[in-house]
Amino acid sequence: MPVQYYIFLSIALFCIGIMGVLMRRNAIIIFMCIELMLNAVNLLLVAFSKMWVDAGRIDAAAAQLFVFFVMVVAAAEVSVGLAIIVMMYRNTHSVDINILSRLKN
Amino acid sequence: MIHLVWLVPFLPLLGFLINGLGRNFLPKSLTGVIGSGTVLAAFVISLLIFPEVRQPGFAPQVISLFDFISVGSLHIPFAFQVDQLSALFLLIITGVGSLIHIYSTSYMHEESSESFARYFAYLNLFVFSMLILVLGANYVMMFIGWEGVGLCSYLLIGFWFKNINYNKAANKAFIMNRIGDLGFLLGIFLLIQQFGSVTFTEVFAKVPAMGEGSGILFAIAMLLFIGAMGKSAQIPLYTWLPDAMAGPTPVSALIHAATMVTAGIYMVARSNVIYSLAPHIQAIVAIVGLVTALLAASIALKQNDIKKVLAYSTVSQLGYMFLALGVGAYTAAVFHVMTHAFFKALLFLGSGSVIHAMGGEQDIRKMGGLKKWMPVTNITFLIGCLAIAGIPGLSGFFSKDEILAHTWGYNKIMYALALIGALMTAFYMFRLYYITFSGKFRGTHEQEHHLHESPVAITLPLIILAILSVIGGYVGMPEVFGTPHLLAEYLAPIFAPSAPYLHAHHLSHELEWGLMGLSTGLVIVMIFIARGKFSKYEDTGAENTGFAKVLENKWYVDELYDAIIVKPLMVLSRFFQDVVERAGIDGLVNGVGTGVKWSSRQIRLLQNGQVGFYIFAMVIGMIVLFVISLFL
Amino acid sequence: MGIDLIIFTVLSAVAIASALGVILSKNPVNSVLCMITCFVAIAGHYIMLNAQFLFVVHLIVYTGAIMVLFLFVLMMMNLNADIEPQKRNWLKYAGAISGGALLLVLVAALRDASVPAIQSGNATDIGLIKNLGKTLFTSYVVPFELSSVLFLSAMVGAVVIGKK
Repeated sequence: MPVQYYIFLSIALFCIGIMGVLMRRNAIIIFMCIELMLNAVNLLLVAFSKMWVDAGRIDAAAAQLFVFFVMVVAAAEVSVGLAIIVMMYRNTHSVDINILSRLKN
Repeated sequence: MIHLVWLVPFLPLLGFLINGLGRNFLPKSLTGVIGSGTVLAAFVISLLIFPEVRQPGFAPQVISLFDFISVGSLHIPFAFQVDQLSALFLLIITGVGSLIHIYSTSYMHEESSESFARYFAYLNLFVFSMLILVLGANYVMMFIGWEGVGLCSYLLIGFWFKNINYNKAANKAFIMNRIGDLGFLLGIFLLIQQFGSVTFTEVFAKVPAMGEGSGILFAIAMLLFIGAMGKSAQIPLYTWLPDAMAGPTPVSALIHAATMVTAGIYMVARSNVIYSLAPHIQAIVAIVGLVTALLAASIALKQNDIKKVLAYSTVSQLGYMFLALGVGAYTAAVFHVMTHAFFKALLFLGSGSVIHAMGGEQDIRKMGGLKKWMPVTNITFLIGCLAIAGIPGLSGFFSKDEILAHTWGYNKIMYALALIGALMTAFYMFRLYYITFSGKFRGTHEQEHHLHESPVAITLPLIILAILSVIGGYVGMPEVFGTPHLLAEYLAPIFAPSAPYLHAHHLSHELEWGLMGLSTGLVIVMIFIARGKFSKYEDTGAENTGFAKVLENKWYVDELYDAIIVKPLMVLSRFFQDVVERAGIDGLVNGVGTGVKWSSRQIRLLQNGQVGFYIFAMVIGMIVLFVISLFL
Repeated sequence: MGIDLIIFTVLSAVAIASALGVILSKNPVNSVLCMITCFVAIAGHYIMLNAQFLFVVHLIVYTGAIMVLFLFVLMMMNLNADIEPQKRNWLKYAGAISGGALLLVLVAALRDASVPAIQSGNATDIGLIKNLGKTLFTSYVVPFELSSVLFLSAMVGAVVIGKK
């Protein structure tokens, strides 16, 4: 099975994530879309790991370890990000990111 | 003595510095003494140098002070060249200059002490520049002096700078000179390009190798002559000189009659080798000189301002000098420069004396009968008129006759025209004399009451110049008298290099006697006609009509220049000001400003503070980068 | 068509459909549920690719912990109703079009890439915890320790932000 299939799948998931980020205003949904993009990349890493193993490389485990680290960072990010969103909701009673246009002025 | 020649120009410079810097502190008597004394001392040094230069076989000496410009293979030293020509000019400049300085101490005495000192500072600076001009050992030095005298001329014409018309006259003189100076400068560049040097001795040594009729030489000669046209007031650049009479009368005498305006003749005489090898340009020089002489003389016939008559007379006499240069009579030209310096300075100073007595009045129709009150001025003025008219025995006769004789040898028609000019000269000078000094007084009673002979500081220079005007001619008597032509012998080394290229015309003695007799007879007739017409002159106040009106209005040359040069230039300038400057350059500059302002206002809107939009922009950027890196 | 290709196609279809569900459903709770489905499908892919340990971790960390955290926050805020105001339409289309454009560009660029194929029947033990642990604690021990520091700081940060 060509590895291109996995590449296209990953690209599709990644672009869906980007579309979500662009189209939605709900901060939590945007957060989830970011997770989706991370997972698309994870999937690609695992696919390449498998590809190199089949090609005879013995150090291909590193790719899976990167997935592991991505998950670590994602978990940390989610914990902090959700805390921020909760605080924001507490202040504004909304999770609309357009309210957060304080960068202007 | 010759190694001390640097003192000659630097003494007047010293006077300029003292008077210029101390003009607010020095009393009038001291400034007068400093101003006149420095020039007089320079004259004494020149007198001491002269005998050495006169020795037969004297070789030109170059005294190099320091390197002025040194670029690549081009070296222009700050050097003085003492030879027969420059020594003669030194004498004329410092001699006439010191007389005029002495005269000025009295003439300008009514000025405040500040402007009195300013006047003497300018005058000293002028003498310095003029001496640099004639002493310079190369064309660049000459150009320094050339510009210096132009500056002083400007400053002195506009000396009474509170009068707007005087300032305009000063501007006119400066701008017209600038046109000529451009030609001179281009000529110098061409010399450098061609010969790699501007030093006289080197250039003149290389010139004969170019051969007669070389195009480059023609160009150099023409460009230098354009410079001379501006400085020496020849057609078409002569109109500044009559207007330059706005300056104080001694200034007119020194700068605009005796010395500065002869700089062009000096330059052509100095470059005689170049001109002798460019015969076509020589012909142009002769024709320009002749036409100028005739035109200016005809204008002088109908002028009523005492100084304007003399100014046009000066232009006319300068024309004669260029005629002489053009026909190859370099000695005659220099001779006429010398005699002209004497009698024209005399006439100007005499007119200054008259103007002084008349309380500033310059219109000869309001004068008349002045010989009763001003005997010394009357006699000296008469001598000046006789000299310029060319009465035998006075200096003008010899120099003018020499020019006419050479012109006869060159071209008969030009001789006839030059003779007509000489007759006109006699006529207008005696018209001026009779209207001013004979008849009865036509001014106001108040002016009549104030009429007086001028003080000795004014009359003394007049007397000295009158004596010089009489005897100055005997250094250059024609050979028919059987006496040696002292000046020609003296100047022979200067003009020797060009002698092989000149086609000398030896006139027979009978012919020369005949020409002399003809011109003398006609001149005397003209004087008597003028006497008959003007000795009992009454101011009828009638308007001139027909041709006389054209002459009175100076052939409408000023109006012509105004119409064909000034007006179109003004229109063009206004066009540039209104359209190019305002719409083009200002529009461009302001457009950049408003463009930046406008676009930043638009770009500022991109910073709308919405995260969604930022991400959108980021994705667009990513797409563009991918496209560039993957497909291009 | 081999069994592996059938499984791949099914899992991929589920993943893409549920991903689209995440961004298109109006109710955030539905989005989270779609997201969980999507993650499960991706976990299936991991199994297919011999990454057994990652499969387990993925299910536990993502599907179990992170998505539950999302759901928990949503419910705490009572955001189950559709309260999201409508975005301006042109920006929505612009987002869709630019995302699609990126998809097109990437697919077009990688269509002809020549890379080795995956042999589905070749089961390797590289994804087992033994092998990964060996690599992790030999070559990648410093990043491992750093990630623990990151976790600690994230924990502290979350507590500090949440207390305000």
